[in-house]
Amino acid sequence: MLNQSTPLDRAFQALADPSRRAIVERLTRGPASVSELAKPLAMTFPAVMQHLAVLEGAALVASQKIGRVRICRLEASTLDRAEAWLNARRAEWERRFDRLGRYLEELQKEGGDDEARN
Amino acid sequence: MKPAIDAAAVRGAFTVERTFKATPAQAFKAFTDPDAKSRWFSGGDDQTIVERSMDVRLGGREVAVGKWKSGVTTRFDAVYFDVVPDRRLVYAYEMHIDALKISVSLACVEIEPHPIGVRLKVSEQAVFLDGYDDAGSREHGTNYLMDKLVASLTD
Repeated sequence: MLNQSTPLDRAFQALADPSRRAIVERLTRGPASVSELAKPLAMTFPAVMQHLAVLEGAALVASQKIGRVRICRLEASTLDRAEAWLNARRAEWERRFDRLGRYLEELQKEGGDDEARN
Repeated sequence: MKPAIDAAAVRGAFTVERTFKATPAQAFKAFTDPDAKSRWFSGGDDQTIVERSMDVRLGGREVAVGKWKSGVTTRFDAVYFDVVPDRRLVYAYEMHIDALKISVSLACVEIEPHPIGVRLKVSEQAVFLDGYDDAGSREHGTNYLMDKLVASLTD
């Protein structure tokens, strides 16, 4: 069980970052070189390499050096369709709870037991 | 165990729990009042809301249709089966991605008093409908889901 959850936890940690999500999103359209990834993200080459290292560590992305160019692609097996879907649902709730927490905090600050319930 | 992707359907379940500083009434309202729920349920600018309605009562429906930057449209259709004020909600929903029905789920929201406020527990049991195989190759299906995953992860 532990062995199973760890890679998924890493995957979700990796995908918590908007830049890394953008990279993954770009790679859903097909393999790309590091500079192709860097361009639309307005990131430096080393910054992209750092993000790629995290994504590769989470087994979400694989890369291969072809000549002088490093080509990146999605590691499809990690994101098995059903697994990915179920875990996306779970991750979605975690993020909803983040937002709900902020919302409820604001309610507390407004100092009201705003009890308008119909 | 990995889900059996060759099966016609895959079942799965998860529970997410968290403690909030709020009263049970505030937490319940956050789930049942359209204005309150709009403050947290859907996230971010990457989604344009195409359709939204909710009517939380026994037999009431909730619909949320969003178009994502990635181009996919997701549709959430729910029916409420149990509504206990300040305590519990049970609803079933189906999800569509574009024209494909992707899943049917049963969800339960539990609100429990807690020393610092409330403990919220959301649990879902889902049947993932493996409809992708008709849509093309495994690679296509994976990319398709990735697209969807990215969409749902993008706040």
